[in-house]
Amino acid sequence: MSRLQTTSLIDHDMTDCLLNKTHQTWGYLCEFNDIPPNSGICVSYQNQQIALFNVNTIKKVYAVSNYDPIGKANVISRGIIGTINEQLVVASPLFKQHFNLKTGICIENPKVCLNIYAIRVYSNAVWIKKYP
Amino acid sequence: MKLQKIVIIGNGMVGHEFIRQMLIQPSVSQFTMTTISSEPRLAYDRVQLSSFFSGTPVKKLMLTDENYYKENNVNFILNEKVIAIDKDKKRVYTTSGLCEVYDKLILATGSYPFVPPIAGNDQPHCLVYRTIEDLERIKVSAEFSKIGVVVGGGLLGLEAANALKNLGLETHVVEFAPQLMAIQLDESGSALLKRKIEALGVSIHIDKSTKDISTGTNARYRMMFTDGSHLETDMIVFSAGIRPYDELARSCALEIGERGGIAINNVCQTSDPNIYAIGECALWNKKIFGLVAPGYQMARVAVSHITGGNEQFSGADMSTKLKLLGVQVGSIGDAHGHTTGAQCYSFCDETEQVYKRLVVSGSGKKLLGAILVGDTEDYSNLLQLYLNGIDLPQSPEQLLIPSHDLNSAPVLGVDALPESAQLCTCYSVSKGDIQQAVLQGCCDMAAIKSSTSASTGCGGCSALVKQVMDSELTKQGITVNNHLCEHFSYTRQALVDIIRIQKIKTFDSLLEKYGKGLGCDICKPTVASILSSYWNEYILKKEHVGLQDTNDAFLANLQKNGSYSVVPRIPGGEITPDKLIAIGNVAKQFNLYTKITGGQRIDLFGAALHQLPEIWKQLIDAGFETGHAYGKAMRTVKSCVGTNWCRYGVQDSTSMAIAIEDRYKGLRSPHKIKMAVSGCTRECAEAQSKDIGVIATEKGWNLYVGGNGGMRPRHATLFASDLDNQTLICYIDRILMFYIRTADRLQRTSVWLENMEGGIDYLRSVVVEDKLGICDVLEQEMVDCIANYQCEWRTTLENPERLKRFRHFINSDQPDSNLIYSTERDQIKPMAIEH
Ligand SMILES: Cc1cc2nc3c(=O)[nH]c(=O)nc-3n(C[C@H](O)[C@H](O)[C@H](O)COP(=O)(O)OP(=O)(O)OC[C@H]3O[C@@H](n4cnc5c(N)ncnc54)[C@H](O)[C@@H]3O)c2cc1C
Ligand code: FES
Repeated sequence: MSRLQTTSLIDHDMTDCLLNKTHQTWGYLCEFNDIPPNSGICVSYQNQQIALFNVNTIKKVYAVSNYDPIGKANVISRGIIGTINEQLVVASPLFKQHFNLKTGICIENPKVCLNIYAIRVYSNAVWIKKYP
Repeated sequence: MKLQKIVIIGNGMVGHEFIRQMLIQPSVSQFTMTTISSEPRLAYDRVQLSSFFSGTPVKKLMLTDENYYKENNVNFILNEKVIAIDKDKKRVYTTSGLCEVYDKLILATGSYPFVPPIAGNDQPHCLVYRTIEDLERIKVSAEFSKIGVVVGGGLLGLEAANALKNLGLETHVVEFAPQLMAIQLDESGSALLKRKIEALGVSIHIDKSTKDISTGTNARYRMMFTDGSHLETDMIVFSAGIRPYDELARSCALEIGERGGIAINNVCQTSDPNIYAIGECALWNKKIFGLVAPGYQMARVAVSHITGGNEQFSGADMSTKLKLLGVQVGSIGDAHGHTTGAQCYSFCDETEQVYKRLVVSGSGKKLLGAILVGDTEDYSNLLQLYLNGIDLPQSPEQLLIPSHDLNSAPVLGVDALPESAQLCTCYSVSKGDIQQAVLQGCCDMAAIKSSTSASTGCGGCSALVKQVMDSELTKQGITVNNHLCEHFSYTRQALVDIIRIQKIKTFDSLLEKYGKGLGCDICKPTVASILSSYWNEYILKKEHVGLQDTNDAFLANLQKNGSYSVVPRIPGGEITPDKLIAIGNVAKQFNLYTKITGGQRIDLFGAALHQLPEIWKQLIDAGFETGHAYGKAMRTVKSCVGTNWCRYGVQDSTSMAIAIEDRYKGLRSPHKIKMAVSGCTRECAEAQSKDIGVIATEKGWNLYVGGNGGMRPRHATLFASDLDNQTLICYIDRILMFYIRTADRLQRTSVWLENMEGGIDYLRSVVVEDKLGICDVLEQEMVDCIANYQCEWRTTLENPERLKRFRHFINSDQPDSNLIYSTERDQIKPMAIEH
């Protein structure tokens, strides 16, 4: 199965969005309002399960892969988000390991990580960066 | 090397302690041990013997079990009495002709109740109070009796009187001396005690000497007193003191005291250096010690001597604190002021029925003794002043004035205690030992208990031990950081108070005023739970949804493959066939794995997230409600069929269970809560393994608190007996709200109770006596919470917006492709998928 990989991170500020050629470089995922504040949902994109989190308190949206590599189930979107030592994390709902939302790295076991995706929020919709 | 053979005669409390101490010696492998006991079982907790009557099973009274002995290669012979000792050949002989050879012999034969030589004292309903078998006899006798008399108004006699009273007998105490508890109390103290006990409905007859016991006219027996009066009764319990079991020692010509007791030296050796005597049969310095703590000390000294150590026995303090028939009594040191030059202060409060007396040295500087009746709160402080010879304040009478302010500084700070101060007399644990334990990393009471044994005996020392621990932690700069998490520098209890008093309704407003950062998976569910306990709003409301823990977030239990299980509420485990069929239909339609739970409900596994609403629609249409199996909340009330069907039931346990379940269903709390109601003492509902257990009695309900199955099983503690329906519910209301208010995060009631300073007695004082004056508030909080109850699934189904989350993908109706099942025993089973 092919997966989207990102190496560099773009800061996903909701107010700062791309105006140009949105539909060529960015793929539509869902309405922003579909994600309850400070909580997550799962979207399907090109056969990938992607967990989207609306970190309302700081007005940002993050995307990581929905598959929990430790619990081995598609559940990351159902985890609680928060901070641990200033790092923004989601806790797996299965066994509560924490994954950094910006890097995907698991705090308890840095060898394990989630995929991360670049996200834009534009005209009240959530977009994912397309890769060639 | 040849193994040294130790034979221990008597496996009572002290005999067992000797063995336990031997087993933790590094040199234990050089010894073999055999113990012979005339009782039919290994050592049990005689000190707690009376709790047998309040329902404590024998199993719980046991201090050890046969497996422990077997695993440690300790031979034991039960139901055998040793009848002879051959000192020269070093052999002992038993009734059935067994012979054991020894290198060292330990006499731990204890004592037996003294029955005064009164004509007619050997009739069938004339009993004593010492062993489990004695108590069984008393129980049987009480069933055929209306009136009971205890002969002897000492400590044990009053304890026995309490037992008779609880067995429902009209109870009398007959005392030979002109006052009760003559050893521990003075005249005024004992007069107050007498008044208080009489107020509880027990008749006290002092200054009465019984001449004979003959047949009665209105009752079974008539006791004739030397003064010509008489008393009729159906049964008699003699508790007129104890006598050491020393005839064995006598018969082999060991030195015996004038008035009995096997004479020992400072290392517990008898007149034969290979024979030791310890416990209540031993006489040291012409004194017999009728308490367990000195016996334990002797056991340690004997072990030390045998294994080459140099501990010495140097006497023991006989101060006591206890609750007799509900009356607090304490006696310290020279309570009578026999010391020359002693002076005393006394304080008597007729309205509160409190009497206190201090005996101080001629200089007024040292405390020599004290008597407390009606209020023993100062006992530990006074005891420490006495034991450590600490200088008294300028005007010692201050010590007598009751402190009304609960938070006022204790008379004596623990820092004033010397390191050698013995805090726990049951297990000889000193202040230094506690400090050591803290140094080695113990930082809560549970850790202190398991590493030092302190507070695991009578528990009387727990407050003091905790103070020392806390002070030590502070001194070592270990701030006892019990902050909830990095976002809130408060304990859970403090957050409860903030939320409760400031009426805070959302996590965000709490975080804004009292926290920092964004919160995390610790504080969010904790705060969500507190908010729910007090305001009981719908937990998936926009402002709460992101706080909910895994299961709460989707009102179902997440399973390993990402699917959910569903548990409809089945109150009390009672269900109609139609409802069973409805569950069956749902399970069949959605192909769910179906299993009966331990809480008398049915669990349906393998529901995909998107199926939950449809499943619940059908269940609710069939009359079900959510079962809160997903919440840290009140889950189930298990029950048996009670009087409706059972031949033995004494109350309608099913109706009670349903009423209780209906009242508390879904109540969110620091951890899950399970309950049960049994219809009789056979306890089919296993109430004693539950957080709240209710067991029917002839007269009402016994309430148990703090039981736990699971990883760390614990039997629930009896909280109150024979309650009527209303009082039962009232106490449960208060206990639950007090638990919600004061427990730590994820602390089950069992641990909460274990860590509570003052334990069950304290809980009782809060819930029954309303010591903190909060009972009204606790009850109101419960009423408010109940008033806001809703079936969360019904609310969810009524709102299409909320249902949106119950899809695996927000942008597609596809289910999760990961949910794949195989079949086992005709039902589904998750298959692992590798990514
Ligand atoms: C109801 C009650 C309440 C009490 N409350 C308290 C309290 O609150 N605080 C406190 O400190 N103390 C209390 N005590 C006293 C305490 O129980 C005793 O101090 C303690 O049990 C003494 O231990 P022991 O091992 O010396 O004797 P025991 O526990 O009596 O054990 C002696 C054992 O030796 C056996 N034995 C005797 N002779 C022979 C023989 N020839 N061959 C084989 N076996 C033999 C006996 O059957 C017995 O099992 C209470 C006692 C009772 C009865
Ligand atoms: S004094 Fe009894 S447990 Fe410590």
